[in-house]
Amino acid sequence: MTEIWRGFIKAIELIVSLDAEVLEIAGRTLRISLTSTLLASIICIPLGSLIHFRNFFGKRMLINIIQTLFSIPTVIVGLFVFVLFSRAGVLGDLGLMFTPTTMVIAQVILISPILIGLTISAFSAIDKAIVDTAISLGANGFQTALVVLRESRYAILSAVIMGFGRAISELGAAMMVGGNIRGFTRIITTAISLETAKGQLELSIALGMILLSLALVINIILNRLQQR
Amino acid sequence: MSFIQVVGLNHSYGERIILEDINLKIHEGSTFALIGPTGAGKTTLLRLIGLLEKLGSGKIYYNGTDVTKSNDLRLKVRRRIAFVLQKPQVFNLSVYDNVACGLRWRGVKKGKIDEKVHHILEMVGLESYKKKNARTLSGGEAQRVALARAMVVEPEVLLLDEPTANLDPNTAAKVEQLISYVVEQNHTTIIMSTHDMSQGQQLADRIGVIINGKIVQVGDAKQIFRLPEHKEVANFVGMQNMIGGRVCQNSKGVAVVDIGNSLIETVSDSPVGQEVYVGIRPEDITIALSNHKSSARNCFFGKVSQVTSQGPVSQVEVDCGFLLVALVTNLSLEDLDLRIGKEVYASFKATRVHLIKRR
Repeated sequence: MTEIWRGFIKAIELIVSLDAEVLEIAGRTLRISLTSTLLASIICIPLGSLIHFRNFFGKRMLINIIQTLFSIPTVIVGLFVFVLFSRAGVLGDLGLMFTPTTMVIAQVILISPILIGLTISAFSAIDKAIVDTAISLGANGFQTALVVLRESRYAILSAVIMGFGRAISELGAAMMVGGNIRGFTRIITTAISLETAKGQLELSIALGMILLSLALVINIILNRLQQR
Repeated sequence: MSFIQVVGLNHSYGERIILEDINLKIHEGSTFALIGPTGAGKTTLLRLIGLLEKLGSGKIYYNGTDVTKSNDLRLKVRRRIAFVLQKPQVFNLSVYDNVACGLRWRGVKKGKIDEKVHHILEMVGLESYKKKNARTLSGGEAQRVALARAMVVEPEVLLLDEPTANLDPNTAAKVEQLISYVVEQNHTTIIMSTHDMSQGQQLADRIGVIINGKIVQVGDAKQIFRLPEHKEVANFVGMQNMIGGRVCQNSKGVAVVDIGNSLIETVSDSPVGQEVYVGIRPEDITIALSNHKSSARNCFFGKVSQVTSQGPVSQVEVDCGFLLVALVTNLSLEDLDLRIGKEVYASFKATRVHLIKRR
């Protein structure tokens, strides 16, 4: 119990004193997770709408697979990206292994199923009559998709929040493909893992609290957007 | 060629046939009403004409061009049509943005949009609501938004699916006024569906009766209500008295129909031997206590077998050996003291009897 308390004090100390290393780690964590969430949103929301609006063979199966991938273990994504980008891998020549770029790629892969899946459910919740209404007022295919997107904006934003939550909180992939290199690929979760192993529980707890606070701030901002 | 022409249209959902061999011609600037019972296929036909769905087979021509083929053409034509769905769905946006949608999609300039939206909102009486979220409106208000949203694009064709079905009588009357106004102002061609016969009568130049996926009769209000060609149409338009019989005599256009236990005279050129239904509207039957004053050719003695109140009028069933249903004002009901068992004379003119061929 005293450790948690001391960790709490330490966290406040670290934040108030603007500890350079903590700030740097927190900043990188945010940068990587926000980048991956943004990229995944740009890719997955249109992809989700495409899947929703098109009818093709195996659609139901595809959606089942996407939903199953919601719970893909982070280490499996890490392993997959590792195999791709390691020196002997298909994309090994790019020399991207153990860089923030690979971490972003891993996170994008990790949260894509959530974003696609929840986008599809968000669209499914929109009444078919909304689509008919848009078409009946002279909307073309793209304009109709925009109407549906606008009508489901709150549910879509929830999907983005979910994706961001999974990205910022994951450890396995970041550790495997980032390597926890100090000052380069170290993020909050990998730092906690390392500090705990070293027995530095107070620092770990402090970092944990900072991570949760960051998530809280981001969620508050997104919720504000949602309520508008 | 007519402005809109539907030729040999068939449509089905899976195994279920919804529409069968529909042929229609609709003139520019006219109002056409599709009437028929629920589930007859009215909505589907409107959706097909409005190009919301691809049809099974057949052709739809707008201004002589077949619009069923190319997708580009469909969009182009669709933008000259506006369709108000039966249950209006408003977008989760302000009233203003809801109404502006159609104009924005057509690439109209911002200033022009502003002008048109304000004008139309004033017309439907929603000017003060323009900043409100449309989802917070009542059913009648939402219906007016839906109408405004469709009319603001100044469509050549306005399709209305049961425009007043979910509204109270007062609001419905306002919407009807609005529709008449649009027709007069913009010379818009209107195709509407309704199961409200009086609405069809009031608003439409021509009426098509659709029953079980088939158009069974097309004509003006008088033809449909007075001279139905089929038993089903007669039934639907409220010709409650339908008596089977056979023409047994015809001289100079006055036919006599043998209905088994009585003879009914009518003005008709139906040949002797023709199997017919004798149709009489209940409001055309007069009930009296004596048969002296009546100038009607057909007068039958009978006993009242049932009285049902229908607001300002009552429906009286008289058993004259065959059953006749008459409509009587509540005032005459009291004057004549009509009760079950009362002995009365039911009479109707030969010109008010309509014969329908039995087939």
